[in-house]
Amino acid sequence: MATFDFDIYSLVGFQAVPPDWPGGFWWHWLFFTVVIISFVLAMVMGVIYIERRGMGRMQSRLGPNRTGPFGLLQPVADAVKVLLKEDIVPSAADKLVHWLAPVIAFAPVLVIFAVIPFENGALLADLNIGILYVVAISSVSTVGVFMAGWGSSNKYSLLGAMRNVAAVVSYEIPLVLAIVGVVLIAGSLSLNQIVVAQSIPFILLQPLGFLLFFAAGCAEINRSPFDLMEADSEIVAGFHTEYSGMKFAMFYLVEYAEAVAISAIITTLFLGGWKGPLLPPWLWFVVKVVLVFCAMVWTRTTLPRIRIDQLMAFAWKFLFPMALLNLFITALQVLAGWPTQLIWAMIMVNFAVMAIMVLIWSRFFFRLGWGRIEV
Amino acid sequence: MALRTEPFVLNMGPVHPSTHGVFRMRATLDGEVVIDIEPVFGYLHRGIEKLAEQRTYTGIIPLTDRLDYISSMNNNFAYCLAVEKLAGIKVPERAEYIRVIMAELQRIAALLIAVGAFLNDCGAYFTPFLYMFRERERIVDLFEMASGQRLTYNYMRVGGVSQDLPEEFMPALRKFMAMMPRFLDEYDQLLMQNEILIARTKGVGILSKEQAINSSASGPVLRASSVKWDIRKADPYSVYDRFEFDVPTQANGDCYDRYRQRVEEMRQSLRIIRQAMEQIPPGPVKADVPHLIRPPIGEAYARIECPKGELGFYLVSDNSIAPYRCHIRPPSLINLTALRDMVRGWKVADLIIIFGSIDITVGEIDR
Repeated sequence: MATFDFDIYSLVGFQAVPPDWPGGFWWHWLFFTVVIISFVLAMVMGVIYIERRGMGRMQSRLGPNRTGPFGLLQPVADAVKVLLKEDIVPSAADKLVHWLAPVIAFAPVLVIFAVIPFENGALLADLNIGILYVVAISSVSTVGVFMAGWGSSNKYSLLGAMRNVAAVVSYEIPLVLAIVGVVLIAGSLSLNQIVVAQSIPFILLQPLGFLLFFAAGCAEINRSPFDLMEADSEIVAGFHTEYSGMKFAMFYLVEYAEAVAISAIITTLFLGGWKGPLLPPWLWFVVKVVLVFCAMVWTRTTLPRIRIDQLMAFAWKFLFPMALLNLFITALQVLAGWPTQLIWAMIMVNFAVMAIMVLIWSRFFFRLGWGRIEV
Repeated sequence: MALRTEPFVLNMGPVHPSTHGVFRMRATLDGEVVIDIEPVFGYLHRGIEKLAEQRTYTGIIPLTDRLDYISSMNNNFAYCLAVEKLAGIKVPERAEYIRVIMAELQRIAALLIAVGAFLNDCGAYFTPFLYMFRERERIVDLFEMASGQRLTYNYMRVGGVSQDLPEEFMPALRKFMAMMPRFLDEYDQLLMQNEILIARTKGVGILSKEQAINSSASGPVLRASSVKWDIRKADPYSVYDRFEFDVPTQANGDCYDRYRQRVEEMRQSLRIIRQAMEQIPPGPVKADVPHLIRPPIGEAYARIECPKGELGFYLVSDNSIAPYRCHIRPPSLINLTALRDMVRGWKVADLIIIFGSIDITVGEIDR
């Protein structure tokens, strides 16, 4: 695949951290643990600011602009406000589960970043099953969410948690199938290898896969239009209705850290990860993550929410067949050997397939309401 | 092994993000499916009907502002019509036109809130709501010019309106009329054809023609169920018989139809305002009415088509300065009676949007 993969580093004179970094295993581990935690926290603050300002602009209002220049300190103000709040535990709650839930929800999100390359080889652990690891770990958050719903002994929380479990179980499948297409082309499960294999971003070769992954990813992390787990107009705040203070801050952090994680995975799988001209690779990575997140903000401000049975139907009747079809087409193309001189023709074909499929499926989308699937 | 399940009771409200005030529903749910609901209200009861018995006829007008607080002008209008009917007062021509303009502007403002809140209930995170508030703001600015208030206007008086329109009102109204049709088209583009919205609202919460009539529903809820009934046409009051406008109806009576119905009604209101602006004559704006009105012994019922339906005031006079009895027919409450039949068998998420599509104001239900 590496047909026109030129060496970016010689261009900018920037040396990435090589896999055989001097200092041994523990230095490597310590360095990247610090990098990942600071990266996640900084990005969460950044994306909270971007979301609040961006939503403000899209909703014909200003958004936060009083705290610091351009309201840049708004995430800090949010955090301080939330930390100063009283930590309330309902008297009927299961105390241990209630306390443990935010921690269990937060840990996997941090751990996902262990396999995401910030630059060529610059990652905590270059696992050869990287993407499988991501899929496996990201599901663990659901346990935390369900513990929160159960432990609060609140009916809204329980409804939200049940919805979350149902959604995650269903959306894992199209999510994984969309990933398989990428893996077939790249020929590796390691995220670093996948980025290295992208001489052109895989979004061009896998447009349908990208859409599927984006939709399923949004459902996985409860972003609109799949935000049924915390549907504020229906079940108040879903699973974190009974949380306040630091524990609520944890859930808030999880929500945005998951959004950053999904954006980072989309960047790595489909948008060429850290690759790009002129700018240093890690900056390219950050820019792409922010761009993907902006797309999520856009969908959140634009689309109404779908219902729980429609959520299920969308996963099983729409995304699942499309993902299978995408996998089939990709497999055929890979089998045909990807003639490099015909790569642009392939891109055209893939885009045409995506456009036709999306058009056909959107025609029948309104039928989702007729199925009346009992959940 | 079959799992044993049992329905549970979910207490929605009185403090809930989308119960439009302090309204409470005790919903019996089987998982996500609504088996039964029991509306509980009275949290906003202020005893307005009783208070009215101790006020002068003019002193009741500010109380009516607080009934359906998002369409205060219409409440003023209906109440003043009732007193005028009771006391046989003739309203000057110009005042009638000003009242019609105000009532129709208020209808647009209230329907904007209704549609915006409905779309918000559907989960479109505040975007349509804030878009519609942007236009409502301009209407409220117009009201502020005329009455000095932005929510509880207290503008109409028995026998006319409190003061004539200021000079800058008509140019501002013309400006508003020029841009409002564009904004209505924008709302259509915003979400009217959205696949998710159609999947969520088409065929959901159907109120059949018979059910609508039996529950004596009125307003957009009734007309969305294909009943052509508008008091402005059926029993014209004020100067409504001089205007040309249609009564739009929808075919199915589902949530989507109620949403479309409201957007259509805004268009008709714009037509009425445009004609009223052309026809409005100069002259006095208030009849010669004493400060303390003592209507002859008797009773009167006046009704208008307010944004939510038929708003009626029933007044009984004992020839004193206060009414012996003041009864209010609130459209929100009567439209709400059909809610239980509409939501049975649907999901929690549908319960919210069906409830939102009825468009209630709790201030009017509890009085």
